[in-house]
Amino acid sequence: MDIVNEILEKEQKKAEKYKPITVEKHLELEIDIGTLLASDTNDLDKKLIKLDKERDAYLQSLSRDNTQLLLNKIWDLPTERIDEAIVVRLPHPTTILPRAKPVPKPKPLTKWQEFAKAKGITNKKKSKLEWDEQLQKWVPLYGFRKAAAEKEKSWLIEVPQNVNPMTDMYEKKANEKSEKVAKNELQRLKNIARARKVKIPRVGLPVTADKASASQLATATSVAKASTASLGKFQNKLPKEKEARGIGVHELIPGKVKKRNLPEVSRKNLKTIQREG
Amino acid sequence: MGVIQRIKKPTTRKGKKVLQSKEPKPIEGPKQCIFLQARNPSERARKVLKDIYNLKKPDAAYLSRKNDFVPFEDATLIEKLCYKKEAALFGISSHSKKRPHNIVLGRTFDYGVLDMIELGADNFKAMSEFHNMKVLAGVKPCLLFNGPAWDLNQDLKRIKSLFVDFFHREKIESIRLQGLEHVLSFTASDDGIIYLRSYRILLKKSGQRTPRVELEEIGPSIDFKLRRTRLAADELFKEACKVPKELKPLTKKNISRDAFGSKLGRVHIGKQDIKRLQTRKMKGLKKTAEEKKEMLLKRKKARKDAKSFQATV
Repeated sequence: MDIVNEILEKEQKKAEKYKPITVEKHLELEIDIGTLLASDTNDLDKKLIKLDKERDAYLQSLSRDNTQLLLNKIWDLPTERIDEAIVVRLPHPTTILPRAKPVPKPKPLTKWQEFAKAKGITNKKKSKLEWDEQLQKWVPLYGFRKAAAEKEKSWLIEVPQNVNPMTDMYEKKANEKSEKVAKNELQRLKNIARARKVKIPRVGLPVTADKASASQLATATSVAKASTASLGKFQNKLPKEKEARGIGVHELIPGKVKKRNLPEVSRKNLKTIQREG
Repeated sequence: MGVIQRIKKPTTRKGKKVLQSKEPKPIEGPKQCIFLQARNPSERARKVLKDIYNLKKPDAAYLSRKNDFVPFEDATLIEKLCYKKEAALFGISSHSKKRPHNIVLGRTFDYGVLDMIELGADNFKAMSEFHNMKVLAGVKPCLLFNGPAWDLNQDLKRIKSLFVDFFHREKIESIRLQGLEHVLSFTASDDGIIYLRSYRILLKKSGQRTPRVELEEIGPSIDFKLRRTRLAADELFKEACKVPKELKPLTKKNISRDAFGSKLGRVHIGKQDIKRLQTRKMKGLKKTAEEKKEMLLKRKKARKDAKSFQATV
């Protein structure tokens, strides 16, 4: 029994030497270890906080107690040793803070991507380099070495049999390329408009090199007739002449579709602008 | 808006990268903060702001030029500056007869002001007036909120969130135990005063694993009087607090643990087709040619029906 008493005494002495790490609180603290946040909802000592002399000491003791409680929780977590430092893994924070920017939305699909998805078309992976038999070297799929290789390859272009022998094949090729670029750009803009749900007007009559269809010609005459200052009101008519019909034809003919009135506010603004101007 | 969704394409690769870096990301880094001076700030207001800047330092910028504007009347300048500097937090100092030693703290969401509060610095003792060792710059502080008012008052609840946002630095996975050395304590009294105190933690021996905590005040010590507030509507705040899908923890379905801690899984099996079950092959059970033909026709019809059904859907 002597040994037990001795040990107990020793422990007591040890405990007396150090200050306690326990804190008594009426209400328990809400602690979010993930953000190192503790909120104490216990009532404050109104007397002490009013007095200018006592306030700082009171706040310090209050903060000490709460810090002790927070650190007690942190020291309970399992520790790790990383490069001579003792580290604790913190749990996920429970307080949700607002973001700086909204959550990113998924990119809207382009028309082609949508179509490919519906049809189950997947991209075939093409290799970045391909062996060119004519040049006897590896040529990239795209980029500046490709352009150089292309230039090297087409030092001479044959004029086909069915083409006017005086045509400049280089110019023709360049034109084709620029057409492709323009088409691509148009499609990109169309895709943006589609994603933003903007209505885009149809673009004029299709340009055809040599032959136009009967309906296209009819549309063209209707448009041309209505393209006067009085919207074709005083133009003579041929016997049995009919106005062009079809999807989207009305929109092309001036004065055919009634313009909508401007909204109230902007009309007012318009007046003021006119007055000023 | 994504780079692809811009009408004008960026002309240089660098420009494209800059635009991409400004795009919203699912996981955001620490919020940047700008500090600026409004209409003739007083010496004290300027010092308070400078001290808050010192507390925030690696993620903050102090703009030293004075700006002639009143944030509560016209917030466009802040929004513009926050856009320019890619900042989501701001602090402004100003001074007037009506509102002496004025400090405005706030945060933005999507480059628009979300919350903004105005505080009057009544009593102030700067960091430099405490002659002792300070904490390392960039240390994640412990935040303490004392007083029942933080929980009872709806406005103070939001202001608490603003203070946490302002000072918590960033979300971290793990922390060095010796690196816990800074405490920021916010005490809200009933008469609308917020006492901000900042302490250094001293870890003392306690005879146990957990150390005994002692605090030493390092400043700044500010008594804030709450003046005007402009807090976001609940709807906008909720929108701003949205957690992206990537950050939500995935729950694995049909896995549970029983009282002894052993893992249980539930497996779903489709309905078994007994008719097609392979049994012992016998000559007597073999199908005749007629039966085979009939079955083939049936199957063909079923396939056709399925196809037409799909087409209608």
